[in-house]
Amino acid sequence: MTTVYVPRDSSARSVGADEVAAAIELRAARQNTVVEVVRNGSRGMMWLEPLVEVVTARGRVAYGPVTSDDVAGLFDAGFLDGGAHPLGHGVTEQIPWLAEQDRLTFSRVGVIDPLSTEDYQAHGGLVALRRALAMTPQQICDEVTASGLRGRGGAGFPTGVKWRTVLDAPGIEKFVVCNADEGDSGTFADRMLMEGDPFMLIEAMVVSAIAVDAREGFVYIRSEYPDAVATMRAAIQTAYQSGWLGPRVLGSDHDFHLEIRVGAGAYICGEETAMLESLEGKRGVVRAKPPLPAIEGLFGRPTVINNVLSLASVLVVLARGAEFYRDFGVGRSRGTQVFQLAGNVARGGIVETAFGITLGQMLEKFAAGSASGRPIRAVQVGGPLGAYMTPAQFDLALDYETFADAGAMLGHGGIVVFDDTVDMAVQARFAMEFCAAESCGKCTPCRIGAVRGVEVIDRIIAGDDTAANFTLLEDLCELMTDGSLCAMGGLTPMPVRSVLRHFSEDLYRPKGVQ
Amino acid sequence: MTAKPPTADGESPRYVAWSEDAALAAIRSLPAQRGPLLPILHALQGTFGYVDPRCVALVANELNLSRADVHGVLTFYSDLRTTPPGRVRVQVCRGEACQSVGGRALAEHATSSLGVAFGATADDGSLTLDEVFCLGNCALGPTVSVNGQLHGRVQTAQLDRLIRESAPNGDRA
Repeated sequence: MTTVYVPRDSSARSVGADEVAAAIELRAARQNTVVEVVRNGSRGMMWLEPLVEVVTARGRVAYGPVTSDDVAGLFDAGFLDGGAHPLGHGVTEQIPWLAEQDRLTFSRVGVIDPLSTEDYQAHGGLVALRRALAMTPQQICDEVTASGLRGRGGAGFPTGVKWRTVLDAPGIEKFVVCNADEGDSGTFADRMLMEGDPFMLIEAMVVSAIAVDAREGFVYIRSEYPDAVATMRAAIQTAYQSGWLGPRVLGSDHDFHLEIRVGAGAYICGEETAMLESLEGKRGVVRAKPPLPAIEGLFGRPTVINNVLSLASVLVVLARGAEFYRDFGVGRSRGTQVFQLAGNVARGGIVETAFGITLGQMLEKFAAGSASGRPIRAVQVGGPLGAYMTPAQFDLALDYETFADAGAMLGHGGIVVFDDTVDMAVQARFAMEFCAAESCGKCTPCRIGAVRGVEVIDRIIAGDDTAANFTLLEDLCELMTDGSLCAMGGLTPMPVRSVLRHFSEDLYRPKGVQ
Repeated sequence: MTAKPPTADGESPRYVAWSEDAALAAIRSLPAQRGPLLPILHALQGTFGYVDPRCVALVANELNLSRADVHGVLTFYSDLRTTPPGRVRVQVCRGEACQSVGGRALAEHATSSLGVAFGATADDGSLTLDEVFCLGNCALGPTVSVNGQLHGRVQTAQLDRLIRESAPNGDRA
């Protein structure tokens, strides 16, 4: 019997993976060949999706992008024995794009059957949890702190310090919450982890609960990810049946109850305090800090909130040691970052690599230029609230401090590429438009400022008193930055100002020329 | 042990007509949980396709909240709707990653060719068109979701075909 992998990742399905899987099963049945089709996660090489892998004596051999029309030809070429075919890429692990990455948190994604507990344990699953069960909460927090891990959701706060704060906070009950409200355009790493390695997130939640002495946890997933929600729910059910969740986790003294909560289309609920409000059944309105959620979080109790990627990294730290993890990266940016190459790129997908690679290297070596073949003009790094970078900044190293010094941010690791047909005035306007649509309404600079921002940019685009409106826009940006409670209003000026600074030629237009 | 992948299948969901009994059954079908309002509103929308304004008083009564609290939450979240949806739900991504590969033109094509604005439902009830800020398919845009099933690298002709093929029998023949 031959095993064939066809991803079930929703991105792979968006370009026909289900049809390919069905065509392979049909053809195999027709010629009486026994083939087991396993629906794995995606390897993250999105330009090769649907990527079909066949298990051979040489290892897993890759073909892609495969359409259902290619299936007959693949059979004729003997792909079940790894036969040569124009869509063939050889042994998957040796494809340079993949081989040159540091796949730590994504080590199982695309490799295993996401809902197989056997596969999970055969590929290093539960090693971190078993180690954590033999440690004290303080030791776990210390180990995470020693790894240098900083929150991967965007803010970059040291994870171990956050955990220690919750552990030390007095409280009759404590909570752990995973923020899986991955709303930034250009990011999809959380989704891929949840769809491709859901037990990882469950294991990491148990570890975090042990570390801070919590018995209850929530994973807040955005509604735009129905497949991730379904996969996580199925995995949680299996985890309860397997004794990985519930009373006496893995036979220990720790009880842990984990629940999925689904968002309802509000970007702002990716902000941690708005997410807590939403979990409590309220409007997703941002809270003032202090008190920090670590002291007064969900239902007023001490609460740890971590992004999916942070939790995935914790498992690497515990399974392989703080030193191992800390040895990746540069400066105060330790470990690996899961970059997501998106937009107008020839080779988009997941690039997990140590901090410190330059933006230009990322675009040349991995993205291989734009999808359209035209020159790259702008790259937005860090989601809708991140700056637009110009080619002159492509030598910047991708780490927290270097980007902060350049008036930019890494955020959740999204890298969205635009070619030279982009109109940057329109992109600046969109930043304000997005903020106006998604503001929770609590702070005036964000609620009203974003609407005014759209109007001012419209006047600039129309060539209406351009110099005065430039000054007004700068003033508005300053007010929003300084006067908003959270990053929504506070960082919306970042992309706008980057356009003012680096692409102002798109804003100066003779009156009447649009 | 392993299980079949539970994934969205792109089929039109089936809803029941609003009744107080069905609403109460949906509310009470959920296990006791903390912060139950959003899960309850999701359950009501999953039952009827929308949250009928008549649900507000029922939910408020069940949870011992004020009607203003329930109304406030119901109207905050863009997913929650208070009018029946069309038989097919089409979401067009308007995020930056999709914009960089022609998402704006696709969004304009969707509204103009269907004659339906974003957030609106066609007069014949055949379809609801929504804008969405990111579906997490950012390396394979422009992206459209039809009844929860993602479609990547969607060009205008493919969008027309997807909408045609998604229509239940009798719609848009």
